[in-house]
Amino acid sequence: MPIVRVRGPLKGRAGNRSEHAIEGGSVGELLLELERAHPAAQGWILDERGLLRRHINVFVNGELGGQDTRVDADDLVDVLPALSGGCR
Amino acid sequence: MPVTELLVGTKKGLFVLAGEPGAPFDVTARAFAGEPVEYALRDRRSGRVLASVTSPFYGPKIWYADDPAGDWEQAEGVALPAGGDAALERVWVIVPGEADGTVYAGGDPGALLESRDGGVSFSLNRGLWEHPSRSKWQPGAGGLCLHSIATWPGDPDRLAIGISAAGVWLTDDGGASWHSGNEGIVARYLPDDLPAEDEVALCVHRLRRAPAQPERMFMQFHGGVYRSDDAGESWSDIAPGLPSDFGFPLAIDPADADSAYVIPLTADIDRVTPDGRLRVYETRDAGATWTPRGDGLPAEHAYLTILREAFDSVGEGDALELYCGATSGALFGSADAGSSWFDVATHLPPVLSVAASGAR
Repeated sequence: MPIVRVRGPLKGRAGNRSEHAIEGGSVGELLLELERAHPAAQGWILDERGLLRRHINVFVNGELGGQDTRVDADDLVDVLPALSGGCR
Repeated sequence: MPVTELLVGTKKGLFVLAGEPGAPFDVTARAFAGEPVEYALRDRRSGRVLASVTSPFYGPKIWYADDPAGDWEQAEGVALPAGGDAALERVWVIVPGEADGTVYAGGDPGALLESRDGGVSFSLNRGLWEHPSRSKWQPGAGGLCLHSIATWPGDPDRLAIGISAAGVWLTDDGGASWHSGNEGIVARYLPDDLPAEDEVALCVHRLRRAPAQPERMFMQFHGGVYRSDDAGESWSDIAPGLPSDFGFPLAIDPADADSAYVIPLTADIDRVTPDGRLRVYETRDAGATWTPRGDGLPAEHAYLTILREAFDSVGEGDALELYCGATSGALFGSADAGSSWFDVATHLPPVLSVAASGAR
């Protein structure tokens, strides 16, 4: 099962746990399921349209990906705040 | 003299200031460090503090706390309908309603959120969201911001709201239905021969109601200052006498329906205080005349920008206190209805909003 890894405030919203094993075939499916499983995180990664928030980056096995990036059972997905959103 | 509390939303967090008017205030708490706090206020009914925070990463949220120095809880329902084609971009303002527990929040894109439990949870006002004219609404430079919510003292069914740039909207059935209140407003940025039904692209900058006479309203427009004597249905130009009819902030004396205070900026293409000095303009005759109030305010080389929500008041009459904050981080106050001013704070982050409340 793919692993989604969150940190900082997202970890706190997701049961204070960093790593989450989630069923799904794409980054978007994994993130949707993560938010469903942890209502406190709802809207923090995906907006109401179901789109990845503009200044959130996802990396699949260390490579920058996107919402539609396919994932396999042994993949690691890191969810990180993007530099583009920070500290103006 | 009693202590006044200011909740100051800044580009880098919420600052709580407290002090006796006339001298600099103390910073008693800071919350949401590093994050833009668009607006915060203390609901005088419950004592609860509500804050609108727009994380650049995690989106807009409303938070509440009884003690701003303590733990904050995230309000539920601060979102547009899931699966739609729009997302909430920002919450501009939070306003206590007239009914017990009612709190309103105005957001971008032109969304009115309502709470019946004091701000713990919100839901979208569908009447406004699904208004047939919505497809014609146009965003201003700051987005399609619903920034002004004027309640009617004693009547929870009557509201007036201002949207940039979709004009004035009125309801007298608690938000079930809405109609525009734009008669008399002249937008210099629209063609003269625009059909009346298309005249919704009106860039209202700020709207306030006079509680002592609720039919009386004042408006700062994108090029114009207006007064309404019929609860926002129609508007009369009261800008003559001001150095500029462009600006954002607006305050009133609750005890005097003929009073209004504005802080003009030079023009839409030059959003700084005119002539390098900060002056607040006061009317006490419903806009027939304006008097500059600047004793104690920067009078030389002061090219400041005061944003829409960064001007508030507490008290009334001769004891009316006024507070305004600049994007420079300076915060000014008056304890005598604008006659004289003092420095409240000088080195805050850029000030986005100011909400004043009296002794608790």
